[in-house]
Amino acid sequence: MRFEHDRWRELSSRALDYLRRKVDYADIRFVSRRGERVKVKNGTVEGVTTSSETGFGVRVLRDGAWGFASSSTPTLEEVLAVADRAVAIAKASGMVGGHGAELSPVEPVEDAWKSPYKEDPFEVKLEDKLEVLLEAEKLVRKGGGPSVRVAEAGTEARREEKSFASTEGSYIEQEITECGAGIAAYAVGTGDMQRRTYPNGDRQLSGCYGWEAVKEAKLADNAERVGREAAQLLEAEPCPSGVTDVILDSTQMVLQIHESCGHPTELDRVFGTEAGYAGTSFLTPDKLGKLRYGSEEVTLVADATVPHGLGTFKYDDEGVPGQRTVLVDKGLFVNYQTSRETAARLGQKSNGTMRADGWNRPPIIRMTNINLEPGDWTLDEMIKDTKDGVLMAVNRSWSIDDRRLNFQFGTEIGWEIKDGSLGRMVKNPNYTGITPEFWASCDAVGDKRHWKLWGTPNCGKGEPPQTAHVGHGSAPARFRRVRVGVGR
Amino acid sequence: MITRERVLEVLDKCLRYSQADQAEVVVLGGDTYLTRYATNYIHQNTAESNAHVYVRTVFGKKVGLATTNALDDESLRATVRLSEDTARVQPDLADFVSLPGPEPGDEDDLVAAGPAYAERTASFTADERAEAVGRITALSRREGFEAAGAFQTGVFMVGVANSLGVRRYAETTRASLTAIVMGPTGSGYADDLSVDAGAIDPERVAEVAVKKCRDSQDPVAVEPGEYEVVLEPAAVADMVTFLGYLGLGALAFQEGRSFASGNIGKPVTGEQFTLWDDGTDPAGLPFPFDFEGVRRRKVMLIEDGVVKNVVYDSYTAGREEGKTSTGHALPPDLRYGPLPLNMFVKTGDATLEEMIASTKRGLLVTRFHYTNPLHPVLTLITGMTRDGTFLIENGKVKGPVKNMRFTQGILPAFAAIEAVSKEARLCDMFGLGAVSAPAMKISSFTFTGQTQF
Repeated sequence: MRFEHDRWRELSSRALDYLRRKVDYADIRFVSRRGERVKVKNGTVEGVTTSSETGFGVRVLRDGAWGFASSSTPTLEEVLAVADRAVAIAKASGMVGGHGAELSPVEPVEDAWKSPYKEDPFEVKLEDKLEVLLEAEKLVRKGGGPSVRVAEAGTEARREEKSFASTEGSYIEQEITECGAGIAAYAVGTGDMQRRTYPNGDRQLSGCYGWEAVKEAKLADNAERVGREAAQLLEAEPCPSGVTDVILDSTQMVLQIHESCGHPTELDRVFGTEAGYAGTSFLTPDKLGKLRYGSEEVTLVADATVPHGLGTFKYDDEGVPGQRTVLVDKGLFVNYQTSRETAARLGQKSNGTMRADGWNRPPIIRMTNINLEPGDWTLDEMIKDTKDGVLMAVNRSWSIDDRRLNFQFGTEIGWEIKDGSLGRMVKNPNYTGITPEFWASCDAVGDKRHWKLWGTPNCGKGEPPQTAHVGHGSAPARFRRVRVGVGR
Repeated sequence: MITRERVLEVLDKCLRYSQADQAEVVVLGGDTYLTRYATNYIHQNTAESNAHVYVRTVFGKKVGLATTNALDDESLRATVRLSEDTARVQPDLADFVSLPGPEPGDEDDLVAAGPAYAERTASFTADERAEAVGRITALSRREGFEAAGAFQTGVFMVGVANSLGVRRYAETTRASLTAIVMGPTGSGYADDLSVDAGAIDPERVAEVAVKKCRDSQDPVAVEPGEYEVVLEPAAVADMVTFLGYLGLGALAFQEGRSFASGNIGKPVTGEQFTLWDDGTDPAGLPFPFDFEGVRRRKVMLIEDGVVKNVVYDSYTAGREEGKTSTGHALPPDLRYGPLPLNMFVKTGDATLEEMIASTKRGLLVTRFHYTNPLHPVLTLITGMTRDGTFLIENGKVKGPVKNMRFTQGILPAFAAIEAVSKEARLCDMFGLGAVSAPAMKISSFTFTGQTQF
C-alpha cells in the first residue's frame, strides 16, 4: 500500500495548495477500507463477504461556514473538482450562517501509526476460519437440542488505512486493524423466541486485534453452554416486576455506559447539532463541574490510548492526538468529549474525539473508549452482599430519550439473587431508570480482575448516517432499588 | 456521477470475467447531498459521489460475494476472482436453488427515468437547499425558537445483471426535509418526503413544526399507565416499520422468529388493520425491481386483521414449496433476508379532529423516538414520545405533557384500533424505503415511564 500512500500525499498536497487561497482552512482525508465477514448457520456457510472501498473527502471552512464534498475517484482532476464543490457548498452554508465556526489550536504534525496485532486476519486461510466457525456452530446445536432453530457463528475483520492532511501543515497516516468473532443460538417455542450469544451479542469486532482475538475468544469452549442456555430460557420464568437491586455484568454495562454517559458527553450534541436526529443532552454547560452525575464509585473516562480498544487511535480525524479525559470524577461531571470547533466555544483545546465513518462522511464527535474505572469488589462479594436482586447479562435491547435521561434496557438472560446467592434463571429481563438517579444508586463496582474492554462496532450518529467503532471497558456493577420487569 | 452506460458496461464486463456456474453483478451508484442545520444555522453541508459493485458467484451450491467501489478493469477482475475464490472453498449452501432468471418484459426496463425519478431533484443545488432551510430558520427565529433538521437530495442508479439473462437498470431520486423546532420547554416536528425535491414544501414543514413547538411549551407530567391514544402518521409508521422488520420477511418467518410463523391465515390484529407492500405504487417511493433484478410484486401482508403473506427473495422462495420471489431482495451484503420496504396502511374515514373529539382521556402523540424491540415474536417494543405529546380530555386537547416511555406490543395495539384517518402521510423507513401511514385512534396503549421534559 506504500504506493497508494505516496499518491494520496501528492494529491493531498495539490488539493491543499489549490484551496489555500480560497478558504480559511481545509483538510483532505483519503481512506481505504478492506473487510471480510464470514458467517456459518445451521451447518452451512451463510455467507462470505469480502469488501474494499477507497475514496477521499475534502472539508473546508470559509467565513465561518463549513463545506464538505467527497468522491470515490482518486484522480487529480476529480480531487480539484471536489475541492471546488466543497467551496461552493461552504458558500451555500454561509447563506444561513450562525455563530461562525472557529477552531481551537492544534500543533501541526507529521506522523504515521499502525495499531498492533499478532496474526494478520487477512492472511488466515478461509478454510481455517470456516473450520473454527463450523465446529463452534455445531456445538451450539448440540448444546441446545431441537428447540434451537438457528445456530450461528461468525467472524469479521476490517482494516482501515487513512491519511489526513491540512492547510495548517499536518500529514498523518494511520492503519487500524480490527478482528473478532461470536456465536449465537436462537431457540423457538410456542409464541416465544430466546437468544443467547457469546461473547457479547451482535458485537463481533472486539477490538484492534488480529486473528489472535478469535483464538482467545475460545468459541468452541462456550458453544454448548450458549445453546443450552437459549433452550433453557424458553422454560424459564419471566423476570419479576418491581423495584429491586440489580447487578449488571460488564456485557450490559457496555450499553449502559454508551447510552447514558458516552452520548450525553459529546459536546456537539450538547450544542444542539444532533438535535435534528438523535437529540441533545441533559449535560448542558451550566452543569459542568457542578452536577453530581453519579455516586462516589463512578469514575468514567474517555480513553483513546488504552491498548486494543475499538476506540483506540493515535490521532483523530482533525489531526488531534488521542487522549485520556476524565468525564465523571468520583460522581462529579467534569468534562466533555470535544472537537476543535466545540472546544473553542468553551475556551478549551480539543481532546481529540473527531472521527468520520470513512472517506465520504465529515468527522463528528465520536466516543473513543468510554470506560468505567474499576472498583474493589469481586462479583462473588457483590452477590453475597445482595439480599434481593437480579443479575443481568448481555444486552438485547436499548432505548433512551432524546436528552439521554429516561432509559430502558433489556438483556438476554438474568438470574435472581436471593439472600446472597444466585437463584433461578429468568427470561426477558429488563430495567429502566433516569440517568443521574441510576448512577447515583451505584454502590459497588468490580475490581480490575473483572474489568474487560468490549467493542461496540455499531454506534449510529449523524446525518448522513455514520457508524462508529467504539470501546467500553467495565467490570460488573451494582445499582440499588432499580425498576425491573417493565411491560409484562 | 456514474452514468447508465457506465453501469451497463460494468455489469457486462464482470459477467464476462466470471468463470462461475452462475454469476450476478449489482451496481449501486449515487450522488447524494445533505444540508444539515441546528440552532438556526447550517452547521454541516455535504456531497458524496460513489458507486459499489457486488459480485455474487455460484459453483453448484457454493456462493461467494465480493464488493468494491473501484471500477477500473483491474479492480473489477480482482473482485470477480475474489468472489469466485471465496465461493470455491465453501461447503454447499444446502437449500440454495438458483439465482433468479429473466422475466418476460425485462428488456423494456433498461430505462433511465421512471415514475420514481424527478429531474428537479437531480439538479437541485446547495443554494436551493440553503434557501429552503433559511425559510424554516427565519420563521423559527421570529418565534424565538431554534430549528434543527436536514434537507437531503439524491439520485441513485441501480443495475442488476446475471448469467441467466437478467439485465436491468433504473434510476430513482429522493428528497427529504425534516424540522425539529425547539423552544425553552418543548419542541415540535414536521417532515416531507418525495421523489421530487420541487414538491417538498418548506413553508408547510416550518409552519407545522413551529405550531407544534408553540403548543408544546410548559408541559405537565402525567402518570404512566394505560391510555387511549391518537397517534399521528409518523408514530403509526414507526410501529409499522418494526412490524415489517421483525415479522414480515420470509427469513424470520421460516426460522420461527416471526409472529407470522405458523399463523398465516389467522387473525393477528383487529379487522380495522390492513397492510400491504407495493413497490410499484407512485404514492410511495416506487422502484421497478429488487436487488436481484426481480420485478417488485404487490403483496398483501395483513388483510382485515388476518396475516396473509410475507415477502420473499429468490433464496427464501427456494426454501418453500411453491413459492417464487416477490421482488423483495435487499442489497447482497445485507443478511436480514427479504423485507417489505414500500408498505401501505389502509386508510379509514375519520379525521384527526374526530379522533380527538371521541377521546375521553387520552394522549395525542406526534411521533416516537429511539424505538427498539424487546421481544420480536410478541412484537413488544419500547420507545419514547417526542416533539409534541398532548393530553386529551373530554374530546379536547388540554395541553402538552412531558414525554412518556411506552412498552407495547404492536399487534395488540393494532387489535385495539377504534378509528383510522382518511389521510395518510409518506414516512421514511430506515432510509431504505417508506411507509404510507394514516393517523389512528387506539383504545388502549401502555405507557411505562416518564422523563423530565
